[in-house]
Amino acid sequence: MKKSIITIALLLIGNAIFAQKYMTRTGKVSFFSGTPLENIEAFNNEAASVLDSKTGSLVFALPIKSFKFEKALMQEHFNENYMESDKFPKAEYKGSITDVSKVNFAKDGTYNVSSTGKLTMHGVTKDVVIPGTVTVKGSEATLNSKFKVKPGDYGIKIPSMVVTKIAKEIEVTVNSILKRQ
Amino acid sequence: MIRRKYILSFAALLFAFTSSAQTDSTSADDLLKMLDDGTEKKKEYTSATFKATRVINGHSIENVGKGVLDFRIIHRFGALNQSFKNFFGLDNATTKLSFDYGVTDWLMVGVARGTYEKEYDGFIKAKVLRQTVDNKMPFSLSYFGGIYLKSMDVTVPPGMEYYFSNRLAYANQLLIARKFNNWLSLQLTPTHIHYNLVPTTAEPNDVFAVGLGGRLKLNNRLALTGEYFYTIPGAKLNGYQNALSVGLDIETGGHVFQLIFSNATTVTERAFIGQTPGRWDKGDIHFGFNISRVFTIVKPKGFEGSRNKIY
Repeated sequence: MKKSIITIALLLIGNAIFAQKYMTRTGKVSFFSGTPLENIEAFNNEAASVLDSKTGSLVFALPIKSFKFEKALMQEHFNENYMESDKFPKAEYKGSITDVSKVNFAKDGTYNVSSTGKLTMHGVTKDVVIPGTVTVKGSEATLNSKFKVKPGDYGIKIPSMVVTKIAKEIEVTVNSILKRQ
Repeated sequence: MIRRKYILSFAALLFAFTSSAQTDSTSADDLLKMLDDGTEKKKEYTSATFKATRVINGHSIENVGKGVLDFRIIHRFGALNQSFKNFFGLDNATTKLSFDYGVTDWLMVGVARGTYEKEYDGFIKAKVLRQTVDNKMPFSLSYFGGIYLKSMDVTVPPGMEYYFSNRLAYANQLLIARKFNNWLSLQLTPTHIHYNLVPTTAEPNDVFAVGLGGRLKLNNRLALTGEYFYTIPGAKLNGYQNALSVGLDIETGGHVFQLIFSNATTVTERAFIGQTPGRWDKGDIHFGFNISRVFTIVKPKGFEGSRNKIY
């Protein structure tokens, strides 16, 4: 009897340790383009993300059409002319938090981490290294990050007429609260 | 016996590890699949069937966004067949300034004043059906209603009265459009126009027409457009032609330029559909342009404290 209890306990622990995934479908990702002529910021609250706390594997999937702009016309142009979101509906990040061992998911706190992986958007995939933090609070892990993306790297052409209004480097901000599954 | 239990629990443990290892070896691809599996398909509407709220002269299925004001400058020159003395029509021009506003995402209203017959006009345009990406709804349908007031002076024979109502005309349209793919959109536009006053009693007060409009996207910023309104014989005014227009849409940041050639010199529905005298084959071709500039009047929700700014 005792033995089987131990067995069950071990079983549970085994699963608790090894099957920890954190997930969200309502993560926040925004981007900001700052130039002397115009600042543009757009928000997306539909970032889906899973983090495997054991392996550090981390993925993000982001529907491009869910980016909201203050100007409706700008949103249309963003989808039609720049991101071509009918052709390339999603941006994806596939990678892992390389130093996930630094994060104690059992203890509340904020941990500086770094993630390495592949960022795909507009049909172009690039290797990227993205710094950020993991904030553990109870059964939640919040991912925060700020990094720069160059539209040119992803084959996104900026026409000469608006080249002064769109930054060469776009600042991307991630703020996603992932819940333990 | 005891040993057997040990073996059993060891086996169970092993099972626990391997099974979790299987589901958790989790390459990033597995995680992505996990995300895909759970996403329910959202109803997604087709966007940007046309670049602008007008195909050329007539309205397109597009509305301006909620809280957005669209200021349009509409310019039509005289006919190209006018001599060099008249600079091939460029000496003469009609102009219309219009203000369109998006009350909601499905309702748009507008007021305008044009130089042709000193005309005031107002319209509403409402989305009824919207084409979806999954093609469950294969087309979009909108209603357009316009009212037109000619305010130019009229001289009538002494003793006769010219009623205010004589100055009015009305138009009703159904806009039925489909974006076939990224580069081709077509629109069918059944039209009814009512003139309170027509030149002779033999002519009908109600004119019926069918419009066909289309857009061929050349690249992300250029599109060819065409528009033809066929007035139904027996339900049209005497001496007027069907309006045929071709155009080029050029898009830059917050503007859309539309360069056009048309046998119509006017731009309101009652005038260009029902009262276009010019003929392409006689060289009555008018060059013109529409310039549109949009302003966000009411900020959409969720942008409080955002860093959006124009210097």
